[in-house]
Amino acid sequence: MIQVQNLTKTYGATRALENVNFQVCPGEVLGFLGPNGAGKSTTMKIITGFISPSAGTVKVGDLDVVDNSFEIRQKLGYLAETNPLYTDMKVHEYLRFVAAARHIPSSERSNAIKAMVQVCGLFAVVGKSIDALSKGFRQRVGLAQAMIHNPDILILDEPTSGLDPNQIVEIRDLIRSIGKEKTIILSTHILPEVAATCSRVVIINNGTIVAQGTPDELMRGSSREVVYIKIKGDRGIIRQTLSEYHALGAIKQYAPEGRDIHAFAVEIKEGDGRELLFKAAVSNKWTLIEMYRKSENLEDVFRRLTTKENGV
Amino acid sequence: MHDMKYSNIQSSIANIRPLLAREFVSYFNSPIAYVFAAVFLVVTNWIFFQQFFLINQALMRDWFGFLPWVFLFLAPAITMRSWAEEKKSNTIEFLLTLPIKDSEVVIAKFFSSFFFLAIVLGLSLALPIAIGRLGDVDSGVVVAGYVGALLLGGLYLSIGLLISSFTRNQIVAFLLSLCAMFVLYIVGSGVVLLFLQGPIAGVLQYISAATHFSSMSRGVFDTRDIVYYISFTLFFLYLNTESIGSRKWR
Repeated sequence: MIQVQNLTKTYGATRALENVNFQVCPGEVLGFLGPNGAGKSTTMKIITGFISPSAGTVKVGDLDVVDNSFEIRQKLGYLAETNPLYTDMKVHEYLRFVAAARHIPSSERSNAIKAMVQVCGLFAVVGKSIDALSKGFRQRVGLAQAMIHNPDILILDEPTSGLDPNQIVEIRDLIRSIGKEKTIILSTHILPEVAATCSRVVIINNGTIVAQGTPDELMRGSSREVVYIKIKGDRGIIRQTLSEYHALGAIKQYAPEGRDIHAFAVEIKEGDGRELLFKAAVSNKWTLIEMYRKSENLEDVFRRLTTKENGV
Repeated sequence: MHDMKYSNIQSSIANIRPLLAREFVSYFNSPIAYVFAAVFLVVTNWIFFQQFFLINQALMRDWFGFLPWVFLFLAPAITMRSWAEEKKSNTIEFLLTLPIKDSEVVIAKFFSSFFFLAIVLGLSLALPIAIGRLGDVDSGVVVAGYVGALLLGGLYLSIGLLISSFTRNQIVAFLLSLCAMFVLYIVGSGVVLLFLQGPIAGVLQYISAATHFSSMSRGVFDTRDIVYYISFTLFFLYLNTESIGSRKWR
């Protein structure tokens, strides 16, 4: 449905995007994940035709985002990062204006507005000035604006930013229910959001894609496991002995418990590291106080891929 | 071919109309435009009646002579927020991702400001009507003067809109627009031309908005003046479209 190929965008000397490739299938909710300034908004602005790519192409169906921008815009609903609204208007005036600007026939406008008021839960505020609305309600008005013409594709740039936890859950539920019928690209830097709403994830950092797949794939694909152990014994000898096993990777030491109980996080390269560690402890006559295994979660994957020290 | 052109124009109008309506209504939601409109009417009426009672003479011609100077403040006040406010609140990102061409948005903004100016100017029609009741009024001067005022106003608005698109600060837009309009108005005046000779002087005189307005305010319709106003206005609207479109490549 949406195909992004070799997308590059430079602002003067700074390179915002470099060779970005991904695609979105119909009916998918794609999570666009990355730290602030990674290039999420830039990508979305290019898809919506607000700015043009420096190189590469974006296609929506068979339409090109530069050559057929107007046809594409008709199929899109866009909620920009800052949720821009004409705050001097009342909610119903604003929605009526958007409906007219989106060429909804005048006989159907009232129904379209009613549907949006229903879907986005705007009953309480429909007669109020947008000025006077809370951030949560503004965000809903922004969503209503993006969906009023029943577009096939929704581009939502950080739809839950700045909302309180209850509002975040509400907006997420809303997005999930809309996502059953529409193709959605949703950007965020909040990780639980991705697991909660997205069927696929693209992680972007410094303008390049560092990983993509389903949330499960990303977590499994990494297959990094860490075993946390606490052992009673001599710290130096434990470290030395463990580092000689080639099935074990990096060994990190963290805060010891008491004077001779030492804590380590051991990266496992192959097999079930727990058995190996247990046997090592027995044969060296160390006392194993505590041991548990933890596989990398999405947060760890994200942190590893988007921070410089461990990146790539 | 003919049909296609016609349907293009129709779809353009359908694109422009909702934007134009929103912009036009928003002028009445903002206190700034009201204030300037009120000031405009008070000042112009005061100028007129001062003369009226002092020398016991009522000349619309003098009133029209004064009008461009008042427009120097009125037009930037109308246009200063047009683009600057959209940029500041980022609604520009909403506006320019609608399935509407940049040029159509520019046209919508221009005509909404033009209609607002026309309404403010229309309120001053009370003057010639009052004079007509009291005595004689040269209707030729009045008609030509008002047409000239609309054309001059349109030109000023197109400049104001262009400058508003360069900044996100309304005050900057106001002041720069005022300066630009002032320069355009006085480049052809005697003081400036005193130091210049030959073709440059001729060009400046042609460019100057004052040259073209003075003949109209005396009741003379000249096609060249009308062509001047319309072509310069279109030129600035074109530049406006380009300046808005430049966001795509920057």
